[in-house]
Amino acid sequence: MTTNGWLQILFFLFVVLALTKPLGVFMTRVFNREKTFLDPVLRPIEKLLYRLTGVDETREMRWTEYGAAMLIFSGVTMALTYLIERVQNRLPLNPQKLAAVAPDLAFNTAASFTTNTNWQAYVPETTMSYLTQMAALAYHNFISAATGIALAIAVVRGIARREKDTLGNYWVDMTRATLWVLLPACIVGSLFLVSQGVPQNFKPYTTAQLVDPQTVQITGADGKATTQVVREQTIAQGPTASQEVIKEFGTNGGGFFNANSSHPFENPTPLTNFFELVLIFAIGSGLTYTLGQMTGSPRHGWAVWCAMAILFLIGVTATYSAEARGNPLVQTTANHLQPIGNMEGKEVRFGIANSALWAVVTTDTSCGAVNSMHDSYTPLGGMIPLINMLLGEVIFGGVGSGLYGIIVFIILSVFIAGLMVGRTPEYLGKKVEAFDVKMAMLTVLIYPLFVLGFTGISVLAPKFGLSSLANAGPHGLSEIFYAYAEAGANNGSAFAGLNANTLWYNSTIGATTLFGRFFMVIPVLAIAGSLACKKHVPESAGTFPVTTPLFTGLLISVVLIVGALTFFPALSLGPILEHLLMYAGKVF
Amino acid sequence: MTVYPKKSRSIWDAEIASRAVWDSFAKLNPRTLMKNPVMFVVEIGAALLTIQLVRNQLHHATGFAFEFQITIWLWFTVLFANFAEAMAEGRGKAQADTLRKARTETIAHKLKADGTTEEIPGSKLRSGDVVVVSAGEFIPGDGEVIEGVASVDESAITGESAPVIRESGGDRSAVTGGTRVLSDEIKVRITSNPGETFLDRMIKMVEGASRQKTPNEIALNILLAGLTIIFLLATATLQPMAIYSGAPQSPFVLWSLLVCLIPTTIGGLLSAIGIAGIDRVIQRNVMAMSGRAVEAAGDVDTLLLDKTGTITLGNRQATELIPAPGVTDGELADAAQLASLADETPEGRSIVVLAKEKYGLRGRPLSSLEATFIPFSATTRMSGVDFGGRVIRKGAPDAIKKYLTERGGTVPVQVGEMVQLVASSGATPLLVAVDNRVLGTVRLKDIVKGGMRERFDHLRAMGIRTVMITGDNHLTAAAIAQEAGVDDFLAEAKPEDKLALIRQEQAKGKLVAMTGDGTNDAPALAQADVGLAMNAGTQAAKEAGNMVDLDSNPTKLIEVVEIGKQMLITRGALTTFSVANDVAKYFAIIPAMFAGAFPVLQALNIMALKTPQSAILSAVIFNALIIVALVPLALRGVRYRPMGAEALLRWNLLVYGLGGIVAPFIGIKFIDMIITSLHWA
Repeated sequence: MTTNGWLQILFFLFVVLALTKPLGVFMTRVFNREKTFLDPVLRPIEKLLYRLTGVDETREMRWTEYGAAMLIFSGVTMALTYLIERVQNRLPLNPQKLAAVAPDLAFNTAASFTTNTNWQAYVPETTMSYLTQMAALAYHNFISAATGIALAIAVVRGIARREKDTLGNYWVDMTRATLWVLLPACIVGSLFLVSQGVPQNFKPYTTAQLVDPQTVQITGADGKATTQVVREQTIAQGPTASQEVIKEFGTNGGGFFNANSSHPFENPTPLTNFFELVLIFAIGSGLTYTLGQMTGSPRHGWAVWCAMAILFLIGVTATYSAEARGNPLVQTTANHLQPIGNMEGKEVRFGIANSALWAVVTTDTSCGAVNSMHDSYTPLGGMIPLINMLLGEVIFGGVGSGLYGIIVFIILSVFIAGLMVGRTPEYLGKKVEAFDVKMAMLTVLIYPLFVLGFTGISVLAPKFGLSSLANAGPHGLSEIFYAYAEAGANNGSAFAGLNANTLWYNSTIGATTLFGRFFMVIPVLAIAGSLACKKHVPESAGTFPVTTPLFTGLLISVVLIVGALTFFPALSLGPILEHLLMYAGKVF
Repeated sequence: MTVYPKKSRSIWDAEIASRAVWDSFAKLNPRTLMKNPVMFVVEIGAALLTIQLVRNQLHHATGFAFEFQITIWLWFTVLFANFAEAMAEGRGKAQADTLRKARTETIAHKLKADGTTEEIPGSKLRSGDVVVVSAGEFIPGDGEVIEGVASVDESAITGESAPVIRESGGDRSAVTGGTRVLSDEIKVRITSNPGETFLDRMIKMVEGASRQKTPNEIALNILLAGLTIIFLLATATLQPMAIYSGAPQSPFVLWSLLVCLIPTTIGGLLSAIGIAGIDRVIQRNVMAMSGRAVEAAGDVDTLLLDKTGTITLGNRQATELIPAPGVTDGELADAAQLASLADETPEGRSIVVLAKEKYGLRGRPLSSLEATFIPFSATTRMSGVDFGGRVIRKGAPDAIKKYLTERGGTVPVQVGEMVQLVASSGATPLLVAVDNRVLGTVRLKDIVKGGMRERFDHLRAMGIRTVMITGDNHLTAAAIAQEAGVDDFLAEAKPEDKLALIRQEQAKGKLVAMTGDGTNDAPALAQADVGLAMNAGTQAAKEAGNMVDLDSNPTKLIEVVEIGKQMLITRGALTTFSVANDVAKYFAIIPAMFAGAFPVLQALNIMALKTPQSAILSAVIFNALIIVALVPLALRGVRYRPMGAEALLRWNLLVYGLGGIVAPFIGIKFIDMIITSLHWA
C-alpha cells in the first residue's frame, strides 16, 4: 500500500462526505414537494406527465397500494424490455444488424435491469442494438433507480409519520426521483464524460488496421491449435456517455461494453474514474441525511452514515492490502513480475489503489460496474467484494435499497439490543413489535434462501451447474457463490470465470434477482406501513439511543455478525480455504 | 418498609428442583415443545440422531463413542431448557399450593328474600348473592360489604397477620374469599362466580396455567424462529458445498453445528425469564392480572403517585407550635394539647405527642377533667373541649377566624402572616383559640417518606417522569413536590382530573402507571396502562386495575416498574449473549469439519482444540451447559441499576455482548481440555 493510494481513497471519502448534506437536503425538499431551484423547468414537465397518465398527485397510498403500483410498473416495463430485446432485429438503430436476443437471455437481462441488478450474461457489443441499449436498458437504469429511491422515501415516511396509514404516492415519488434527482445530474455528467473522450454517437463500429499485427493461437473445434495473425480490430462505440453516468449514479452497473468501466471508452481517465466512483456513492450517502432530516433526527442520519463509512473503510483496507501484498507464490518465484502487488486483471491507468477502491465501492452498493476483474483478485481481496454483497449491500448501498436495507438491520439491532435498556424496543419513537420483527426476519431470510439454495444445487449438479466453471476447487465454489450472491443482492458485478449464459444460470440468476429485489421490498414496505400507523413515543433519558457512537458501533456489529453467521461456512470453503491453500502453495 | 412474610425461597430450593427434574422429562412431549421453535428443532435433531445411532450399531459402524456423546448432549440441551422452565414454574406452583389451602370448602349463610338464611356450599354462590358472615367464619367468596363492619384476617392471601377493618360504604368494603372474619358480623354481596374468584385467578396466575406470552415475548420468539431458519439454511446448504469440496459430513456433525448456531441459550430460557419476572412481582405481594401488565410496567413513561400514603406518610404531623404575640409557649402547648386529647386522628395525636416531647406536658386522664369534648366535624372543621369554664378550639384558620368573628374576636395580623408563612412552606397551619382569643399556630407537616428523593432521582435517570397527585392547594403541593423531588404535581386534584391527566399523557404517546383504591379511582385505573389497585380498596378499583397490591402499599408501584424493566433487560441480555456465542462456536466446529480434507484450515482452529471430535463435542457440551449455568440469572433477573439508557446499554453490551463473544472461547477450550484428558474424545 502506498501513501498516494491512501490519500486518494481518503480524498474520495471526503468528497462523498461533503456531498452528503447538500444532496440529502435536496432530496428531502424534492420528496416533501418543497421548492427547489429546478422547479421552473421541471414542474411543468411533471404536471404534463401526470395529465397524460391521469395520475392524481395529491392521492396518498397505503403500503399495499404503493407496493402494488411498484410491482405492476416493474412487471410491465420488464415485459416491454423483454419484447424490445426479442424483436430488436426489426427495429431501427441497429447498424450492426444484431440478431434478436435468445429467450432465456432476454428474460435474464430484462429481470436483471428491472431489479437494478444489471447482471450481463451477454457481450453487449455483439448482442444489444443501440435502441435496446437506450430504450430498454438505459431506460431501466433510470426507473429502477428511481423506484429504489421512491421505496426508500416511502420507508422513511413510514418512520416519520404518526398515526397515518399512507406512505405517499408511488407515481409521484418515482417521477420526482427521475426528474429532479437523476436526470439533471446525468445530463451534466454525460457532457463531462464526453469532454473526457467517452463516445456518444450512433455510428456503426469502426474497423481499424493494427499498426502492430498480433500473432495469436486459436484452438479450433477439432481441438487442434492453429496460429493466426490478427491485422485488424473492430472498435465498438455508440451512445455510451448517456448510459455511463446513470450506470453509476443509479448504482446500476450494466456496462455499455463487455469490459464495463475498465473499457477506455467507458472510463478513459483517472479523472473519470474518480468522478464515476463518487457518483456510485452519492445518492446512497445523501439518503442517510434525508433519513435524519425527514425523521427529525439529523444526528441519527449521521450515525448511520458513520456506520457505513467505517464498514467501507474496513473493506477497502482489507482489499487494498491483500492486492498490494500480491500473490505470495509469484513473490518468491518471480518478484519482478508484480513489483507493486497483484496487477492481474487490473488496468494500468487505475493501478492497485483505484482498482481495489472501485471493487469495494461497486459491491458496497448494488452498482456492480467493474474497472478490474474480480476473478483475478487474491482470495482475500476477492472475498471482500463477496462479503460486501452478502452483508446485503447496506454500505451506502444501492440507491434507495441501501437505505431500506440498513433500516432493516437497524430494526434488528434495536430489537436485539434495545431490550437491554429496560424498555420494549423502539426506533425513533416507533415501537418495534411482533409484526415488524416478522417482516424484518423475512427480509433477512429471503437473501440466504436463494443465494445458498441455488449455490447448493449448482455445486451438486455436474451437468448444468459445474460444467460452466472455469476453475476447480474452492475458487470454483467462489465463482458460483459469487454469481448468486450478486444476483440476490442486485449487484450485477461478475466474478467471471463462470459461463453464466446457460439455461440453468440464466433462469436461476434471473429469478434470484427478481426474488432478491421484490421479495425483499414487500416486507420492507409492510414494516413502513406498520410503523406509519403507530403512535409516536416521545424521547426520554430511558430511550434507546440511535444517535451516538455506541449505536454506530452496535449497528456495525449487528451487520457483521448477522452476515458472518449466515455465510461463514460457505466462505470458509470458498475464499478462506483458497487463501490458506495459496499460502500452502496450491492455486486454482 | 414492607415486610414480605412469605418465606422467600432460594433459587435452588431442593423441593422445587427435584420436581423440576421430573417435569423436564414430561416437557419432552413434542406437542408442548412445539411452542418453542428453537428447542423443538433440537429435539428433532436428538430424535433423528438417536435413530441413526441405532442403525449405525446394527451395521456395526465405527465412531460410536463420539456419536453417542453428541446424541446424549443434544438430549441434555433440550432437558436443560425444560428444566429452566420447570424451575421457574415450580416456584409458582409452590406458592399456588399455599394459596389452595386457603380455598377450602366453606359453608355460606345465604340471605334469602324473606330475610332468613340458608346454608349452602360456598362453591354454589353466584355473583349477586348476599351472605351473612359472623365472627370466626370464613368469607365464602369475593364480595363487597354492604352492611356492618368487621375485623378480617387476610393472612391467607397477604401473609400479613395483623387483622384489617372491612366496612360497608367507603373505600374499605372489598373482601376476599378465603379470608376469615375475626369479630362482628357483616353482610357481603358476592361479586364473583365460582372458579373466577380472586383466589382462583391468583392461583392460575402463579401456576402459569393462564399465562399467555407477552407481546414482546411473541416478537422475540419470531426473531428466534427466524434465526433458527437462517441457520438451518446455512447448515443444510453446507453439505452440498462440503460434498463439492470432497469433504462430506456426517449427520452427527451437521446437527452439532446447527444446534450450536441456533439461539438455544435464549430459546431455552425465554419462557423461564417471563415466568420468573411475574414470580418476582408476586413475591412482593403484588398480583399481576397478566404478564402483559408487568411488561408494560417496564415501558412506563409517567408515574402518577398519590401524595398521601405514597410520597408522604399517611398523616400530617405537628412539628411546631408558634405562639401569637404575648402568648407563652407553655400556654399555647397546654391549650393545644387539651384541644387534642380527645382527637383520635393521627394529627390530633401528633399534637399531644409534640406537647409532651417538646414542652414536657404529660397527657392528662380524660375522665378526671370533667370536660366536654367537641369532636371534629366536617361542617365546623374544628374540634375542641369545653373545660373549667374555658372554651378551647382548634381548627383550620378560616374556620377559627369565622368562629372568632361570630364571637367578636379577631385574628391578630401577626398570626395571619404566620398562617400564610406556614402554608407557603408546604405545611398545614391550624389555629388554637381559647374563648375568643387566638393563642397561636400549629404547624402540621407532611412527612415525606425516607428515600423517596433517591427513588425519584433513579426514575428520572431511567427517563420516567413522576407526577404527584394531591387534593392540597397549589402552594402546599408545590412545597411537598419540591421536598420529595418529583418532576411535576397536580394540585387540588379531583378524581376526574386524574383521568384527564392520564388521557393527556397517553395522547403524547406515553405509557402511564398509577395507583388507586377508591371507587372514584376506578376509571383512571382502567385508563392507565399500568393500574395498581390496593387490596384494601373497593372491588371496583380492584377490577379496574391490572395489578393488585395485597399489602396496599402504593409505593410498590416503583418496584413493579423496576421488575418490568429488569425482565426486559434480562431477555435482551441473554439474546445478545446467545447470538454473540456463535462466533466462537464457528471457530470450534468449522475447522473441525474440514481440517481432515484441508489441513490448512487448522489455521482457523484458534482455540487449538485437540481433535476434530473433541472440538465439536466441546462446543455442543458448552452449548448445553451454558443453559444451566444461566438458569439463576434468568430466574433472578439481570442485576439492574437505575441509569440512563446510553450508560445502561453500554454496560450491558460490554457484559453480555463482548462477554458473549469471549466467554465461549474460554469455556469451549476448558471443556476440550477436560474431555481430552478424560479420553472422551
